[in-house]
Amino acid sequence: MSTATSVRPEAPLPAAAQPLLEVKDLVVRYGRGRKAAAAPAAVDRVSCSIAPGETVGLVGESGSGKSTIGKAILGLQKVSGGSITYQGKDITSAGASQRRALGSELRAVFQDPNSSLNPRNTVGSSLAEPLRLRGVGAAEARQRAEDILERVGLPREAVDRYPSQFSGGQRQRISVARALICDPKLVVCDEAVSALDLSTQAQVLNLLADLRDERGLGYLFIAHDIAVVQFLAQRVVVLYRGQVMESGPAAAVTENPRHPFTQALVAASPVPRPAEQAARREARESLGVRTGAAAVPGPGGCPFRLRCPLATELCASERPALRTVGGSDVACHYA
Amino acid sequence: MIPNVAPAPADSAEPTAAAVLPKAPRQSAAKKFSGSKLFASPASIAGVIWLAALVVASLTAPLWLPFKTEDQDFTAVLSGPTAAHWLGTDELGRDLLSRIFASAAGTLGTSMITVIVAVGLGTLLAMLAAAAGERVETVISRVTEIMMSLPGTVIILAVIGAVGTNIPLIMGILGVLISAGIYRVMLGQAKSLQSQLYIDAAKVDGVSTAGISLRHVLPGLTNTIVVQAALIFAVGMLIQAGLAFIGFGPPIPQPSWGGMIQGASQHVYDAPWLMVPTGAVLALTVLAANAIGNALGKAPNATASHLPSAAARRQRGKAVAAIAATAPASQDVAKNTLSVRNLSVGVDSVGAGKGVRLVTDVSFDVEPGTVLGLVGESGCGKTMTALSLLGLLPSGVSVTGGQILWNGKNLAAATEKDMEGIRGRGIALISQEPMRALDPMFTVGYQLTGTVRRLRGIGRADAKAEALGLLEKVGIVDAARILKTYPHQISGGMAQRVAIALALAGRPRLLVADEPTTALDVTVQAEILSLLRSLVKDTGMSVVMVTHDLGVVADLCDQVAVMYAGEVVENGRTDSILDNPRHPYTLALLAADPHANHGADMPERLATISGQVPQPKDWPSTCRFAARCQFAGSACLVPIPLLPSGTGDGVVRCVKADELAVEGLDWLATDVPSHHILNLVEAPAAATRTAEKDPA
Repeated sequence: MSTATSVRPEAPLPAAAQPLLEVKDLVVRYGRGRKAAAAPAAVDRVSCSIAPGETVGLVGESGSGKSTIGKAILGLQKVSGGSITYQGKDITSAGASQRRALGSELRAVFQDPNSSLNPRNTVGSSLAEPLRLRGVGAAEARQRAEDILERVGLPREAVDRYPSQFSGGQRQRISVARALICDPKLVVCDEAVSALDLSTQAQVLNLLADLRDERGLGYLFIAHDIAVVQFLAQRVVVLYRGQVMESGPAAAVTENPRHPFTQALVAASPVPRPAEQAARREARESLGVRTGAAAVPGPGGCPFRLRCPLATELCASERPALRTVGGSDVACHYA
Repeated sequence: MIPNVAPAPADSAEPTAAAVLPKAPRQSAAKKFSGSKLFASPASIAGVIWLAALVVASLTAPLWLPFKTEDQDFTAVLSGPTAAHWLGTDELGRDLLSRIFASAAGTLGTSMITVIVAVGLGTLLAMLAAAAGERVETVISRVTEIMMSLPGTVIILAVIGAVGTNIPLIMGILGVLISAGIYRVMLGQAKSLQSQLYIDAAKVDGVSTAGISLRHVLPGLTNTIVVQAALIFAVGMLIQAGLAFIGFGPPIPQPSWGGMIQGASQHVYDAPWLMVPTGAVLALTVLAANAIGNALGKAPNATASHLPSAAARRQRGKAVAAIAATAPASQDVAKNTLSVRNLSVGVDSVGAGKGVRLVTDVSFDVEPGTVLGLVGESGCGKTMTALSLLGLLPSGVSVTGGQILWNGKNLAAATEKDMEGIRGRGIALISQEPMRALDPMFTVGYQLTGTVRRLRGIGRADAKAEALGLLEKVGIVDAARILKTYPHQISGGMAQRVAIALALAGRPRLLVADEPTTALDVTVQAEILSLLRSLVKDTGMSVVMVTHDLGVVADLCDQVAVMYAGEVVENGRTDSILDNPRHPYTLALLAADPHANHGADMPERLATISGQVPQPKDWPSTCRFAARCQFAGSACLVPIPLLPSGTGDGVVRCVKADELAVEGLDWLATDVPSHHILNLVEAPAAATRTAEKDPA
């Protein structure tokens, strides 16, 4: 992307006074009643913030609560505790009208390009929906739909086609276009590239990076693949069973992970160079992290303790608080 | 705005925007959607013509009917068809033709009341329940259950007793009673539509709950609504006729179909003709409604059966015989070595997408104790290649040429019976979705011991011990407990371990693994890869590993065959190919992989390959990658053979490989040339689509 790199404007400073989005001690429990209250929370006191123009990666295994956090921010999931603040406004339990006002600034790209567009509506109709909802006229909405399609690398004629006429990668471009059509400030990308093949994944990742640089977008980039996150994110938050294990600058977390779980996660991600991969495999095996299959920890303490090589009795009795180690915040008694 | 797609004005908050929108296009879209199906079968065409004729004839009745419905012709009482009375007369000499057609509009119209009330109420309740959440759904479901348990006939008779024979009211109440059943049908569908991601996207936009139901859920229900309406229409007519037959029809001189049939039943012996016209018209109308309902309810490609048709089976048999005749199994292959020579797989020449090639001229060898990676993007034919090794190609797709040599047999020409002896024992399969390999109805132990007994022919107790041993072999610590669990009670990683144990039950010498770790977490993937590696080391079996992940290849595979558009473009030792790729496609894949770089090496932008893998029907006879290749030139516009790559016994399908190697060229991370990605994918024929479906 040499051309794009040379002409793009200066990225806005991430260190603005007020964060774009701030999540504080977020708790989400599924279900209701006494049984649900006793079960471990899907998201357990998670805090993170995103500055304007910043990309924060949310990484974890399936069941770590990363998608739930994204849904809570988007208002698709009821929150049990904590707060979500967008540009200083509390949106934790925003009503429909507040959500609608927010809907143009806070947008989403979902994982499955096959189900994120209504197959019965044309691409143009899906793209125009958020605009029409905000009183934009039909002709202007069509114009803007065509413009944004062109921006994501699709022909203007695509407005009159149906989603089934596009490949998976093209449909994901349309989803990106739909998120960007009302000039948002923050886009939640929930596994936005995991269903794509390598070459299309690279195309969409580049597109997201271009748009970030052009428009000063902030992303909450949710993914299970730490390498993909590393490409796009400035900061990374690592989750395990609903809790933050480690959070910090992307380079520090991925190159020099402090938490035993982050170490395991990074070491498990295979690289396409046989000699280096063999070394990584040995490093991973020497970590001594146990398999997660049967490890369901009881309440209290560190959720990772049953798999952790460093765990002691302290880890079972006391939940480690986040503390700064090196460049990042780590929730481990022994990191 | 774009015709055809204007969102229905669901939002009263924007009257100005709503006013601009043309309303008709949406309906025309819906009509087009069901219209093609409506005219697909002769029965439904006849049904539409009959109903339309009936309605027109009945509405225009006063203009053309030869008699008034009450006119009595005492010269021709109970007559058969005559020149004056085409359909005969009844016991008072009234003209049947006139009476049937004059009463048709009433019958059809009041039946429509039932349809509108039943479908409208049922759909509305279903959308409400699906949108409003669990509590509302529970309440509505309980109420409909009560409605369904009420005796409908008794209620209708009670209403007649109370208010008299007010036909529209009675038909409306019938509609309410039927709506409970409609609600049941619609609820499941509405709930599944509500769970689609585009609903979430609309919620993020700020679309109100009602707006989502109207704009995104209701259009998805249209098809079912139309089908149900047609069927209820028929039911309504029959019930109305039945009520008139037992005397609860319109007041006496007024004609009704049921009343006429009742009158005819009193003259069954002296004037049997009387029953024929009315009965036939009623029966035809009900049949017409049912035919229309059936036609509309048919799935778009219900004709494409998933079972191999007789023609397809014959075709396959012929292909097998042809392959066996042309290529006698050469015996120069060592024991337990798989040797695939010039394998081609294609869509059968019967049915849609006929004759399209999905895999062409693929050759590779897998020696005992080694792992071969088949790598490439979706639609490159790697899964088809793997499935052909087991004779498990989907129906409509078969091996069209080449050899699969395994222990003295050519599997490409093997009969189904031969393959049954080889599958599980000689060659086993593990798939991407471990849960699919396990039957949710039975415990892990039952399935594992059953498989062990079948494949090894040993007793129950021995099989149990063997099953325990297998689970321990795949790294399950509490094997005894896992044997007693059902598949849904274990995690995905554990299920994949069980699936591997199942594959090992017949002590196979070759394991075909189709993306076995793609659906798993990366930490679990690492464990499964380690398990496969130690199994290969301990048992000396070989593995064909289908994957799109170059990191997995680097971790596990000794050899790798890179596939692009149905052919092998590069084949050789893993370290030489990944560290020193020769084919531009391999170069490009590596450059596009974010895993290839980390830390400070992570590039600003990833390299991309413009465009996408072409559809099988569009594969050119020249270099298939040339259209997307940064290095393509005029030399690439001829068929390219596999040439030695210079490292070991590696081969590469690129005329410029040497030139690239000498100049040390790399796939550059350039901007995607827009003209390349502009070509839209045309929807492929149904059969080709199934054939290309790649689990990746």
